[in-house]
Amino acid sequence: MANLIAEYSRNRRLRQRMREAPILAFLFMCALASIGTTVGIVIVLLEGALQFFREVPVFEFLTGTEWTPLFSNKQFGVLPLLSATVVISFAALAIAVPVGLLTAVYLSEYAPEGVRSIVKPVLEVLAGIPTVVLGYFAISFINPTIIKPLFSTETPFTALGAAMAMGVMLIPMVASLSEDAMRAVPASLREGAYAVGSDRFQVSVKVVVPAALSGIVAAALLALARAVGETMIVTIAAGSIANFSANPLEPMQTMTAYIAQVVFGDTERGGVEYQSVFAVGLLLFIFTLSINMLAQAVLARFREIYD
Amino acid sequence: MVTENFLNLPQTTTAEAAVEPARDATPESVIDVRELQAYYGENRALKDISLSLYSRRVSAIIGPSGCGKSTLVRCLNRMHEMSSGGHVKGEVLYQGENIYGAGVDPVELRSRIGMVFQKPNPFPKSIFENVAFGLKVNGISGNTSERVERSLRRAALWDEVKDRLKQSALQLSGGQQQRLCIARALAVEPEVILMDEPCSALDPMATLAVEELIRELSQEVTIIIVTHNMQQAARVSHHTAFLMMDQDKAGYLVEYGPTSEVFTNPKSEHTEAYITGRFS
Amino acid sequence: MIPAIARDRPIPMSRTVRKARGTAFILLAILATSLGMVALAALLLDVLRDGIGVLSLEFINSFPHYQAEKAGAKSALAGTLWVMSLTAVFAMVAGVGAAIYLEEFAVRNWFTRIVEININNLAGVPSVVYGLLGLAIFVYWMGLGRSVLAGALTLALLILPIIVVAAREGLRSVPPTIREAAMALGSTRWQAVRFQVLPAAMPTILTGFILALARAVGETAPLIAIGAFTTVLFVPTTPTDSFTVLPVQIYSWISKPLPEFRENAAAGIIVLLVVLMLMNAVAITLRNIYSRRSRW
Repeated sequence: MANLIAEYSRNRRLRQRMREAPILAFLFMCALASIGTTVGIVIVLLEGALQFFREVPVFEFLTGTEWTPLFSNKQFGVLPLLSATVVISFAALAIAVPVGLLTAVYLSEYAPEGVRSIVKPVLEVLAGIPTVVLGYFAISFINPTIIKPLFSTETPFTALGAAMAMGVMLIPMVASLSEDAMRAVPASLREGAYAVGSDRFQVSVKVVVPAALSGIVAAALLALARAVGETMIVTIAAGSIANFSANPLEPMQTMTAYIAQVVFGDTERGGVEYQSVFAVGLLLFIFTLSINMLAQAVLARFREIYD
Repeated sequence: MVTENFLNLPQTTTAEAAVEPARDATPESVIDVRELQAYYGENRALKDISLSLYSRRVSAIIGPSGCGKSTLVRCLNRMHEMSSGGHVKGEVLYQGENIYGAGVDPVELRSRIGMVFQKPNPFPKSIFENVAFGLKVNGISGNTSERVERSLRRAALWDEVKDRLKQSALQLSGGQQQRLCIARALAVEPEVILMDEPCSALDPMATLAVEELIRELSQEVTIIIVTHNMQQAARVSHHTAFLMMDQDKAGYLVEYGPTSEVFTNPKSEHTEAYITGRFS
Repeated sequence: MIPAIARDRPIPMSRTVRKARGTAFILLAILATSLGMVALAALLLDVLRDGIGVLSLEFINSFPHYQAEKAGAKSALAGTLWVMSLTAVFAMVAGVGAAIYLEEFAVRNWFTRIVEININNLAGVPSVVYGLLGLAIFVYWMGLGRSVLAGALTLALLILPIIVVAAREGLRSVPPTIREAAMALGSTRWQAVRFQVLPAAMPTILTGFILALARAVGETAPLIAIGAFTTVLFVPTTPTDSFTVLPVQIYSWISKPLPEFRENAAAGIIVLLVVLMLMNAVAITLRNIYSRRSRW
């Protein structure tokens, strides 16, 4: 009798395991998919870039100051694209970090619950606006009604217009990540500061912000990675001229905008112009990945302090 | 209510006798609590508390958990109103002035009445910066390092940290962190220090060190200490207030008097039951 | 011994200075907070002003046209629906599958660590790079061409990390007692997950899923990269048809030199924002239903 039951359950368990093995294998494949994506990205970018570097030496690519793939005299110096990316990203951060940080301080340390319950969803909506829409906003509103009268510029495309739209895009991100970091600061630290006679301003600025600093830095880094990789705003609003300049009132083309420009047109597959997209893409990938990993490391340190 | 028999206060515990030098025979009251009611939103947490706390003495507040001990001390420097829904009725006179009066700035008040919390809460900054913080926020400049050193000496921490003032305060042990928090409170030269179960997160050795410190400090500052540990109250305090929770969940003052009397000859049977460990 | 007490109690800074500084700061903070909201309001008003005149049933029901006033968003809307349906299936299955594996079956080891780090980093890869991946792998290597299927697969990879993170959170919020109870009744680990844990975690997973999908609906760059056509004069009928989507159509109108097309772009944006609003409304409703149910 006991043997029978044992036998039965052994068989049953075996059947179940047989039936569930494919399921488990499938779940495992799903987890593998994310690794596959990364591997795919690296291979695709490397392969295209290597072909490109057979035509254009790496050194020339990295140090050249002329980017003219559409001219008869093709020049592939990435510095104009790189400088445009840097100028626009940092201009966007110069807007988003102070505004986002102040918003976070207000929401975390000052705002009554009622105000918070309005501001937070509005910021979420802003965070959900597609970037093509922000690009439209840049050329139909920011450029003509803010930048043109202020700096009497002529061109409908300026790096600054794109940067401002990008700043708007990044505000919710900086605000919400910084606010999370500030809310993670234990209440006991605030009490300790109040108890020696600090006012709310001092508690916010001298205790909470420094204690949340690594979280805030991580937020700024993640915003930087977003800015560097953002494509549509710059494609629409910053112009399509590779311009080695630091003047944000001029049109510029970023790395991402160049990629979009080439792939949007009907570029012949296999040509050096097509391959250049992968070289620029590889550079972009390396930048965003490094910034992201730095942000993760900073964030990990922050969690270490308060967990 | 206790001023009458206060004069012939017999100091029975040996520890107190050791640190009891000749001092003013008549203690003056610094804080007078009058008909204090404390609330969290609608809920009353304390009712009808009236007592006088004496200058340069240690007063202990004891009682079962939930009876409002912490709330009471937090009312004395207006930290209670920082809790959500926290508000009070009644008066707390500090040197004769009602701290809940119209013109009183709670920020200024807190720089004169310091506080030490249950869990050590040093800022994630250096030891030096922790102590100097109160000076900085109060706009006190000049001889900062002197003041920091003095505060650390008074908190009996100087010898342990003098070579590593620039190190993070988080690297100190729990007991050292708590003494650092005391030094931080001392730096702005408060006249009163409130201590909310300062030893509850410390091991016995660290607890002893803090108790020793409390006795020393009581020669120059007024200390009000909340504790759930009756031995501790007996060891360090001159006066003891016993609080209990009523049926309506509000804490009330059962008994207040010289520690020796409260412990050896309690007036209330509740007090006796509590100090003999029949409930906690 | 304790040094002598300093009776020279320092005099704190004046109350007026404190008050003035505090007020100035709070005003600055409120100003900053309202800046984001003002920008959003300006954006919405700007788009409404430009686009509301063009917006009509006819606009939604017309194909693109070289004359701005005859052009519409029909094929773009249809393409968006097509691509999103397929993206939803791919991303949901793969994302939830990966989450179940990581949360319910995997032993914590170097492999799961790598998967986790990898997912964190993938979330930061620019979307245009996913476009290049899709172009090289799906369009050319797998020979899918510039099809709905290639677009959907690309977007699925793009939102996969978001869904994995949301799904893991959902699974983690189900208390272990539920799994133990199911397994104590003789069910296998998979049965416990399939019949108890997954249904309990579903509302959270779905909320995260819809928000991720909303992100995909607004994506332009990766679809430009895999070559979504800008002038599509038909509604796709199979996954291998070529297609365009709303954001790409909007971009194409924006980049036309004739100013009339600006109005079409704005009208297209309104349609896109309405679609996104509806998706968010569904997500919020789900979240509310969930939070109204008793928590564990």
